[in-house]
Amino acid sequence: MAPLSSAEWEVLLLSLKVSAVAMAAALPIAFALAWVLARWRFPGKVLIDALVHLPLVLPPVVTGWLLLIALGPDAAAGAFLERTLGLAFLFRWTGAALAAGIMALPLMVRAMRLSLEGVDRRLESAARTLGAGPWRAFATVTLPLCVNGILAALVLGFARSVGEFGATITFASNIPGETQTLPLAIYSALQIPGSDMQVARLAMLSVGLSLMALVLSEGLARRSGQEKGRHVL
Amino acid sequence: MSFDIAITLARGDRRLDYAFTAGPGLTALFGPSGAGKTTLLDAVAGLLRPRRGRIAVAGTPLFDAAARIDLPAEHRRCGYVFQDLRLFPHRSVRRNLAYGLRPGAGLDWDHTLDLLGITGLLDRMPATLSGGEAQRVAIGRALLSDPAFLLMDEPLASVDGARREEILRLIERIRDELRLPILYVSHDRSEVERLAHTIVPVPAA
Repeated sequence: MAPLSSAEWEVLLLSLKVSAVAMAAALPIAFALAWVLARWRFPGKVLIDALVHLPLVLPPVVTGWLLLIALGPDAAAGAFLERTLGLAFLFRWTGAALAAGIMALPLMVRAMRLSLEGVDRRLESAARTLGAGPWRAFATVTLPLCVNGILAALVLGFARSVGEFGATITFASNIPGETQTLPLAIYSALQIPGSDMQVARLAMLSVGLSLMALVLSEGLARRSGQEKGRHVL
Repeated sequence: MSFDIAITLARGDRRLDYAFTAGPGLTALFGPSGAGKTTLLDAVAGLLRPRRGRIAVAGTPLFDAAARIDLPAEHRRCGYVFQDLRLFPHRSVRRNLAYGLRPGAGLDWDHTLDLLGITGLLDRMPATLSGGEAQRVAIGRALLSDPAFLLMDEPLASVDGARREEILRLIERIRDELRLPILYVSHDRSEVERLAHTIVPVPAA
């Protein structure tokens, strides 16, 4: 099979960039949400829980439309972000990253929350009696004990964001070189008669990317497992 | 006074009142399971806030509701040997012992390991230790954190018959050689009568 054409490279690199930025932005937000849901008790928690999970159950096109309303040219929030942070989303690759991040968020929060709930809080109180403040107890006890869950959440989120289609095409549109990620490129190629070969090549690329992510996550999990030794918690 | 405690604790719907003072040496809280002895130790360690009252150890106020003193757990310098040990499962014995180590302070590393007989365990992971080994590591971790006093919660609970005498002798040596005030929780009369200078009965709630 011929090596990748420059157009295919563009699609691949854009997909990687969009997903990487989506993960970098979603990681701290997902962890904070997971922490709040796992550790805090307050009235209205059910509502937050439901809101976080909404992108998982809504049709992606609805999520994209909601983003359009929230951050579109006439929306106050969009204008505010553009004015203060210089962040524009509409028809930009940043919009594709935002859509991908939001679609991946529920999966990431779920995985992180589960692993946080698995951490024995009595170990944290033991760390406190040994002179560790809350931050040191977090960094030396809580975090190492849930790091596998965080890695799993990242891999899951990355896979979900690379595959993101509906919200992206609704919100950020399908612009080659700007918002046309791998699934969108496959969709576009499918519209052109006689482009079977091009579709097959892009689909193979998709398979290759997913396999690489899986192998990487397996390797990461194995390495952190070795460092930790065998443990029961 | 080593321990000067007068507090009211809430546990679930129940209210627990404790008031006692104790001199130097080992003070045993003696009473049946479920009487709230561990709850009291948690309050002294700063893991649980009393409703009211005051806690002072060796003249240092750790908690005083009236004076609005509530030292955070990490500043109370208590060596707490938990009933469930709570060794960090992701750290080797060496790194468990070193967790609370303060440079230039506290007990000598080699001497403490020697006293406890755990020098050979340093590279093991906690999950691979026997009950008696884990118990000694937990005691070592508490001692090496340069504590001002010790809290020991049923330290013989996870130890079988043969190892019992060994740990008992060890606690006697800690009591006599290190001269740390010890608050010791047990439901076993013979154990308490052998170890304690002061016995505080904790009746069933």
